Amino acid sequence: MDFVRNTKIDFLGKRKITFVISILLIILGFVAAAAIPLGRANLSTDFEGGIAIQFRFQKPFEIDKTRTLLAERGFKDASLQQFADPAKLLVKLKRSDGDLRALSQTIGGVFTTGMPDNSFVIDSTTEIGPTVGKRLQKDALWAVIVSMIGILVYVAWRFEFRFGVAAVVATFHDVLAVLGVFYLLDKEVSLLIVTALLTVAGYSLTDTVVVFDRIRENMRKKTKEDFVALINRSVNEVLSRTIVTSSTTLLASLALVILGGEVIHDFALALSLGVIVGTYSSIFIASPLLLYWNNKKKPVFAKA
Amino acid sequence: MRSIFWRLVLLAAFTVLAIVLFLPSTPLSKRLPSFWVESIPKINLGLDLQGGMHLVLSVDRDKAIESHTQRLAGSVEDTLKRKGIPFYNVTRQGVDSVAVAFPDEKSRGEIEKTVKDEFGVFGAPSAQNGSVLFALDEQETKRIRDWAISQALETIRNRIDKFGVAEPIIQKQGENELVIQLPGLKDPERAIELIGKTAVLEFRLVDESVSPFTAEAQGPPPGSEVIYQQSVDKETGAMSKTPFLVKKEAILTGDSLADARVAFDSQYNEPYVSLTFDSAGSRVFERVTTQSVGKRLAIVLDGNLHSAPAIREPISGGRASITGGFTYEEATDLAIVLRAGALPAPVNIIQNVTVGPSLGQDSIEAGINAGILGASLVLIFMIFYYRASGLVADFAVFLNIIMLLGAMAWLNATLTLPGIAGIVLTIGMGVDSNVLIFERIKEELHAGRTPRSAINAGYDRAWWTIVDAHVTTLITAAVLFQFGSGPIKGFAVSLSLGILINLFTALVGTKVAFDIQSEKLRLKKISI
Repeated sequence: MDFVRNTKIDFLGKRKITFVISILLIILGFVAAAAIPLGRANLSTDFEGGIAIQFRFQKPFEIDKTRTLLAERGFKDASLQQFADPAKLLVKLKRSDGDLRALSQTIGGVFTTGMPDNSFVIDSTTEIGPTVGKRLQKDALWAVIVSMIGILVYVAWRFEFRFGVAAVVATFHDVLAVLGVFYLLDKEVSLLIVTALLTVAGYSLTDTVVVFDRIRENMRKKTKEDFVALINRSVNEVLSRTIVTSSTTLLASLALVILGGEVIHDFALALSLGVIVGTYSSIFIASPLLLYWNNKKKPVFAKA
Repeated sequence: MRSIFWRLVLLAAFTVLAIVLFLPSTPLSKRLPSFWVESIPKINLGLDLQGGMHLVLSVDRDKAIESHTQRLAGSVEDTLKRKGIPFYNVTRQGVDSVAVAFPDEKSRGEIEKTVKDEFGVFGAPSAQNGSVLFALDEQETKRIRDWAISQALETIRNRIDKFGVAEPIIQKQGENELVIQLPGLKDPERAIELIGKTAVLEFRLVDESVSPFTAEAQGPPPGSEVIYQQSVDKETGAMSKTPFLVKKEAILTGDSLADARVAFDSQYNEPYVSLTFDSAGSRVFERVTTQSVGKRLAIVLDGNLHSAPAIREPISGGRASITGGFTYEEATDLAIVLRAGALPAPVNIIQNVTVGPSLGQDSIEAGINAGILGASLVLIFMIFYYRASGLVADFAVFLNIIMLLGAMAWLNATLTLPGIAGIVLTIGMGVDSNVLIFERIKEELHAGRTPRSAINAGYDRAWWTIVDAHVTTLITAAVLFQFGSGPIKGFAVSLSLGILINLFTALVGTKVAFDIQSEKLRLKKISI
């Protein structure tokens, strides 16, 4: 069966609209990225230093009660989060100075004395010192930069420089868009989310490369059509593949969103968002961008 | 590998090999013959899946240099005394310098010469109003820094071995950090206490020339200092601090211990730590206790006074004990750290990620459920969309997963929760290679080619696209592996292995299925 076959959609004709949308997404992404050094981003304990303790109580509890108990003992700045399972509680404290061990022991003690009829076990404890947080931030930034350079070099080598630039712009666009949406949803940015963003970069690039591949192939055939028509035809030719692959990848990542559990829920959500944005960008951003770079010169290719 | 038969043999061989490799890592291993299970490497579960503790410690190496310099100051003083060279006093200055105050220029020259001849570890001396300052040279400070980190690693390894944790990982990281991974740990609090304790044990005489309260208010007499005994009331949990005035100089340290064990008080059945000194230590202990009958001996652990019993009679035989309201566990742990020796410098825990076993179990279940759901959705979608060819692609995905697990076992790789996500994602992204090929074959069929030439053209033309697509994903996976830690490395491993294996299963595995259809069965039409 076929979802789409022999389509002749004028994707490039819509580039004014999609460019506006994408510029908005990029701005949103930049705002989210700028919030990090300004200290307004929702960064996880691994990046900011501090304590995160996940409790599993014997029975469900009132989150307001736990909040009051903590505030009474001087933990007004603790952030609390309840999960789908109402007996689970995540307490986070963004204080990276002082004795983190003593602080997390005190927090445990607050619940032992404050809710004596509801015992708990500690599912996980994370204590990150300030230097580690800074270093992990730096590592994550390096990872993003190095992978972008790697991608640029590979695509520039396999295709030509402007394809590399277009691919990197589209990939960067996707990463920023997902980051921006996470910012809007007030989701926490953790190491795991950065991992998801890099995976999104890899996936989005795959999508872009498939379209570029077809553009290159069609450019080698001597046709009378202009570059715009050629790009449009190429995108249409691989449209079916794009839809099928995006669907299967999305099915897999959505399964992780639904059943993967609290630890990787946001990670899987970032992946799912990335698949959607990545598909959109390879069609509407990466390909039209080729037009804006030295488009008068007909590209020459080395044999693949 | 043109022949269909040989390609099938190759596929079957790899599949069987993969199954042989990964079955021992599954719960089925209990029913497998033991020679099989024992001779095959296994997939490790990450700390996030089996529970456990990941610690990063930073070693305070300046403190190691400081205490080394402190000891050097002592030896310099002894040497000068022995040689009869006049001096006022010898003190440690800053982290790495020894200052000797001299009475006149003549003795200054002698001091400089003696220190230069007897101690080869200082740089050129510098003068400082009435004192001469010897700073450790760079080579020596570097040696102490390196020694501190390797000594800390050895000591902690020793403590953990004595504590008993299965398969701990203890490694140096960067300049001055240690990474410690303790899988499947039951009592993380206790482990942290055990690892983090510096455990510098000192026996010092109590200075009874002035009361500790006077010393606290007016400053201690020279050669003594005020330290505190902390005690916790077991019923109210209230902490109290009692000051003691003790000599700065330790008559014996933990270095002189031959053994430390838990023993029980015969009267109250309370646990205490029984110490045995080595022969040199025993002699010193006997001499000092003989000279100091009636005085009190302070037992100081990491700068806190533990107890200060009175010396009633000379103690020979080199035995001592540390008593004082221990629980059995506390006494056991203290004995372990004393036996394993002191850390060369204090350590700070800069990162602690502990996952309880139940969360790990939940994560495994959630990961497997999500995997099954994701895989079923993808597999059903492929059959729905590509019919018989979808079945072929599904078969390739199936082989992909089996070989991925086999490869992970073979490489002794660590499976983490993000790693499970990576496998699930491999299912979704892995069908892409086949989608690319199938779409190409469809196009060629639409262009009027025969099934056989459409298949060949489909595979030929999709090849470079598939390679490009794989390489770009591999680039990011490699970066993640390089920069990521624990769980994220696990993700990078399963993603990149999944993609590499996918190249094989998608290209060889499905091609052979199509070749059978077109060459052996000579089908006029393929279901795609």
